[in-house]
Amino acid sequence: MSEMNRRDIVKTGGSMLILSAAGGLPSIASAQDTVKLGLLHSLSGTIAIAEASLVDAEKMAIDEINAAGGVLGRKIEVVVEDGASENAVFAEKARKLLERDKVAAIIGCYTSASRKAILPALGRAKGLLYYPTYYEGQEQDKQVFYPSQEATQSVIAAVEWMAREKGKSFFLVGSDYIYPRTCNKIAKPTIIKAGGKVLGEEYAPLGHTEFSSIINKIKAAKPDCIYSTVVGGSNVAFYKQLRAAGLDGSKVTLLSTVVSENEVEGIGKDNAVGYYACMGYFQSIKSPTNEKFVKAFKAKYGQDRVIGDPMQVAYNSVYLWKMAVEKAKSFDVDKVVAASGGIELDAPEGMVRMHATNHHVWKKVRVGRARADGQFDIVWEAPSLIEPNPFPKI
Amino acid sequence: MGFDIAMMQVFNGVSLFSILLLMSIGLAIVFGLMGVINMAHGELMALGAYMTYVAARGFERWAPEWMGIYLFVAIPFAFGVTFVFGYLLERGFIRFFYNRPLDTLLATWGLSLILQQTYRTVFGAQEVSVPLPMWLAGAWEPTEGIQLPINRIFIVGLTVAVAVGVYLLLYRTRWGLKVRAVTQNRAIAGAVGIDTQRVDALTFALGAGLAGIAGCVFTMIGSTNPGTGQLYIVDSFIVVVFGGVQSLVGTVLSALFIAQGQTWLEYLLSGSMAKATILLLVILVLYFRPNGLFAVRSRS
Repeated sequence: MSEMNRRDIVKTGGSMLILSAAGGLPSIASAQDTVKLGLLHSLSGTIAIAEASLVDAEKMAIDEINAAGGVLGRKIEVVVEDGASENAVFAEKARKLLERDKVAAIIGCYTSASRKAILPALGRAKGLLYYPTYYEGQEQDKQVFYPSQEATQSVIAAVEWMAREKGKSFFLVGSDYIYPRTCNKIAKPTIIKAGGKVLGEEYAPLGHTEFSSIINKIKAAKPDCIYSTVVGGSNVAFYKQLRAAGLDGSKVTLLSTVVSENEVEGIGKDNAVGYYACMGYFQSIKSPTNEKFVKAFKAKYGQDRVIGDPMQVAYNSVYLWKMAVEKAKSFDVDKVVAASGGIELDAPEGMVRMHATNHHVWKKVRVGRARADGQFDIVWEAPSLIEPNPFPKI
Repeated sequence: MGFDIAMMQVFNGVSLFSILLLMSIGLAIVFGLMGVINMAHGELMALGAYMTYVAARGFERWAPEWMGIYLFVAIPFAFGVTFVFGYLLERGFIRFFYNRPLDTLLATWGLSLILQQTYRTVFGAQEVSVPLPMWLAGAWEPTEGIQLPINRIFIVGLTVAVAVGVYLLLYRTRWGLKVRAVTQNRAIAGAVGIDTQRVDALTFALGAGLAGIAGCVFTMIGSTNPGTGQLYIVDSFIVVVFGGVQSLVGTVLSALFIAQGQTWLEYLLSGSMAKATILLLVILVLYFRPNGLFAVRSRS
């Protein structure tokens, strides 16, 4: 590299530094009457398929809150950042939101890996994250709230329901990563306790589309129930091939804890029909709160949009934060965290209550059966709120 | 293992074989015969898959009563679009990189990223999936207990047709003769009056078109998203390299070996272990036979 070039680069770098510093100055006029909330999700890249729609739900909640006067008299100002399906980008953007934008809280992440990637930034800046996706548990960070179901809440309920209603022999199929392996670790003792037995446990590499051998193993084992934690595009292949092999929803009970209405859209309604899912929320829940929520969402984003569990939790997250802030009468993270325990929200999925100590929520889960129109018929609902237990003894 | 299950396993192996072959036959032509490392080959498959999706949507909209046979339109449509796209790609892009393998690698990889983002913009990030015609759904039961999915049988048939077609084209037509001549010795082929540039363009377009057919077939067993091509590109390269570059017969046998190996290992071990074992075997074979299983002997 020539001397000239090097000097150019130094010059450009210098002016960029000045520019970014100018961009970072908070505008003093607006600082008093607004409060910033960061939304950090993948809007591009592979995970955007599942994650991008969460931002819509979060924005809707924010608009509602602003229309009703804001939080502690201050309007919420949204800062959206794209994690681009890359964990390093998530970490970078989280630092930007916390240190430059000084957001009061972040609602964000979808995969556990992206959440883990931003924990250091959260810890350093004493930030606050609401993580709106169901996940495997095994975490309780003091800077994070987990308003979705952790694994025990859905897995134990789902497996017990199958053992009670559909039969005692089980086959476990999952994609090969932490969520399915943790879920199956929880499922196995639950099945034994319910008087059932596990005939097989199989994992396919992430993104795998060739399920014929696994399906053959299922056929050879002849289970009453299949518990599936296959994720992403693999699901389409898995469901299509199950159906082609003659194992449709009328011949075998298949239940997944990772297929919501959003996934059904991608899997294809025809392929998913008749199979079961266990979720905290289904769009078809009949309650005034939910009907109002669905109507408002469709009016805002289009009649053909569907709402899956994580989107609803993303919506709830904004409200859970607002209620904690109002209870604490402060935006200070420590005070908000301290005030959060015991907060009750009348959410579209029904009442949820923040746990007194473990940062997860008490909530109901439901079992639904996929219909031809891509919605679920709810066939079972937990009789009472289920306590979150992110560190089960297994 | 019962007889029924064993029979279905054999069939699964044959089915995977046909899919691998369909995936890699286009690459075998582009990479094997022409020596172009096309990292965007997977995206050409995705293009074929998306064209199938477009055809299915078109039928749903304008001719729902013909939905049962849309595949017979979708297959030539997917082939045609990717063929033309491949032709333009060769003329406007690839031909500037001949004999510069590293540049080709980087340029086509960049192209694959551009194509992925284009699919994302045009078709959305969501997975898309096409309905399976009624007559392809379900399974054929030769005896009680054996179910052979009809769409898989269809895919096997289609692969046989495509493979035979490619063989006839390359070894029984004048155009095939020209392709082989250009592959073996470009300078002499040019000297005897073959328009080598035209042959290059059409050969590349044929490879692309075959990728389009493969993409069409994927919609029958899985879904399509902008990143779908990435799933298949590695397997395709493994099949071609393992079989021996420049050998179509090698590609066929390599696909057969990998498919049967993978299917049986998957049954006996777990999915991830099966994949790892196959990769180990491939590395081992390539260590002892660096040019692949069926390397063509040449004097150079």
